[in-house]
Amino acid sequence: MSTHSKAAAGFVSDAGRTAWHDDALWHVRRKRDAAVVEVAGWEELRLAASGIKQHTLSRLGEYLEMFEGNAMANGIVVHWACDAGELNRTVGGILSSHNARRVVKSKSMLSEECRLNEYLEELGIEVTESDLGERIMQLMNRPPSHIVLPAIHVRREEVGTLFARELGSEPDNSDPAYLTHQARLHLREKFLTADAAITGVNFAVASDGSFAVCTNEGNADMGTLFAPLHIAVMGIEKLVPDYPSLGVMTRLLARSATGQSVTTYTSIYRKSAKDREIHIVIVDNGRTATLANETHNRMLRCLRCGACINTCPVYRRSGGYSYSYFIPGPVGINLGMLASPQRYSGNLSACSLCYSCSGVCPARIDPAGGIYSWRQELGELRRPPFVKKAVSKCLKTAFSSPRGFRTALKMAPAVNHLPLNNRLNPYGKGLRDTPRFASRSFEEMWSRGEVEKNGEKEKK
Amino acid sequence: MRTALFIPYYVNALYPQVGVASYRLLRSLGIDAEYPEGQTCCGQPMANAGFEKDAVGLAARMEELFAGYDYVVTPSASCTAFVRENYGRISPQSGHACLDSRMYDICEFLHDIVRPAELPSTFPHRVSIHNSCHGTRLLGLSSPGETVAPRFSKLRDLLSLVGGIEVTEPDRPDECCGFGGMFSLEEADVSIRMGLDKVARHIATGAEYITGADSSCLMHMNGVIVANRLPIKTIHITEILASGL
Repeated sequence: MSTHSKAAAGFVSDAGRTAWHDDALWHVRRKRDAAVVEVAGWEELRLAASGIKQHTLSRLGEYLEMFEGNAMANGIVVHWACDAGELNRTVGGILSSHNARRVVKSKSMLSEECRLNEYLEELGIEVTESDLGERIMQLMNRPPSHIVLPAIHVRREEVGTLFARELGSEPDNSDPAYLTHQARLHLREKFLTADAAITGVNFAVASDGSFAVCTNEGNADMGTLFAPLHIAVMGIEKLVPDYPSLGVMTRLLARSATGQSVTTYTSIYRKSAKDREIHIVIVDNGRTATLANETHNRMLRCLRCGACINTCPVYRRSGGYSYSYFIPGPVGINLGMLASPQRYSGNLSACSLCYSCSGVCPARIDPAGGIYSWRQELGELRRPPFVKKAVSKCLKTAFSSPRGFRTALKMAPAVNHLPLNNRLNPYGKGLRDTPRFASRSFEEMWSRGEVEKNGEKEKK
Repeated sequence: MRTALFIPYYVNALYPQVGVASYRLLRSLGIDAEYPEGQTCCGQPMANAGFEKDAVGLAARMEELFAGYDYVVTPSASCTAFVRENYGRISPQSGHACLDSRMYDICEFLHDIVRPAELPSTFPHRVSIHNSCHGTRLLGLSSPGETVAPRFSKLRDLLSLVGGIEVTEPDRPDECCGFGGMFSLEEADVSIRMGLDKVARHIATGAEYITGADSSCLMHMNGVIVANRLPIKTIHITEILASGL
């Protein structure tokens, strides 16, 4: 069994929770469907986004330098980091040079990727996640299970218990409005006393050195408006050439992610206010290597909307924690393989190749096609799952000799008498009947003239 | 016009009646299909599991079998999609007997090429259409729910020619049933959960039968139905279209 299938078996064993998780995510997919049909030329918009991203990636060096020059001219301090370690040290260095001890943070998958919070906490810096879902996960001391909806797997009763313990809210009160209000009171104090705000970057605009941060809670704005220091972290692939390109992306992002026409807050940062500072750290962390990978560099087009995750029938029934990479679902399977095939190949089984992800992806990445390719490459990496390889070899042997296959077809019905439907059968597990061989195969019927004869007889 | 039937290995061994129905259906429409003997598999099961190289020899075998035909017709949307998507790349020789608009799933062949105005078949039952992933998203037998485009269904169009039939579709009409070839073995727990959910949605339509263009999905769903004694049956669409022939 793969790492995913093992973990998924645990998740699925709670049928009620599986159904609830599946429904919650399918609801988001439905909202996405309803939102996208309202846009005239939705499919053309996806094509445009894919083209813009591909173009930007083809001249990434040029656009990065253009962005850097324009951002510096606007007074933003630009830093470069080749990997996670350098990002963490850079952010830690900026914070300590400003004597910043308390940080509020808005959601950033890049910071998850680089384990920035852990690094800063080791330096004795207090980091408070300000996105509600992300804060819930931080208080639970668990990673997010979804890139857009970090706590989608947590029931509100569990949040009630958590808040009672951590924030002193009323025990047994899990009314969503009440809990949200409690979170607001708790975070307000953090916003008012923060020394610095850290945000991610959804899109960086090369033509004028600005960058957009999209949230639904306004938490990035609350953080950056109060704190004197704003540090934004971004991967090198977040660039778009100009504002018209940004418009294409923002029309796609929220509709794909949650079915909203636009995120509640789409804030564009261009210049810091008087006596304030904006720093931006631009990170590679393996992205240049991805760019050089011709089969898989389309993953760099990803907007991190999560639409492929929401639509994935396997993710919905196995949960975010069944994947060994920190990003789950079709996008995470691909990104994990790009990060380390050795560590993350156990997620490749989590795909029935239904291709629904490829249909929803706003940047037309075709994550399913990527998974198909990775499965082929896994053989070359000498890490194919043993059982799968054995089954494939058996099929190959059986099918390469038509005569042998014909003999096998004749013998096959004998297998029907074996007691196959029990829990030890890895296919059936007692819940799925194993198919029975017909008494005569089509090939045999044809060679005996039975197919034609029957057809003729009934025609008369 | 020479037309050959391709009967994939598992249909051959498990569901020969689907091959018989396909033959009779074509015959009733004036197409005398041949069955070149010695057929096995197109190679999809190995390739989807990551062993495309194991499919190369089978692609060559398919070339030998079908080189002399104008059309290769098969009662399997998934196999057709696999051949179309991949043979051009994996076949050793350039061009292939199953490419260039020669290989068809039988539903698209009937719908797009033969275009019968009527069928003599009757099937007085309520059936729920199973839109298979590869039929829907790779072959275009019906419009995928993800895409913004006019809605259509070649399967529904064909079934509407059958007398006495009542056609429905389940909620989440093109969500995966969870078969996925080797996926069903490697991720058996999730696969079975997906199958149970899918069958429940088909049952909720009030249908007596689940029907579709892929015997593989039907096999998996039937496994779930039998093991859990669920009140619905599966039947391949060719068996309905050929009923009474």
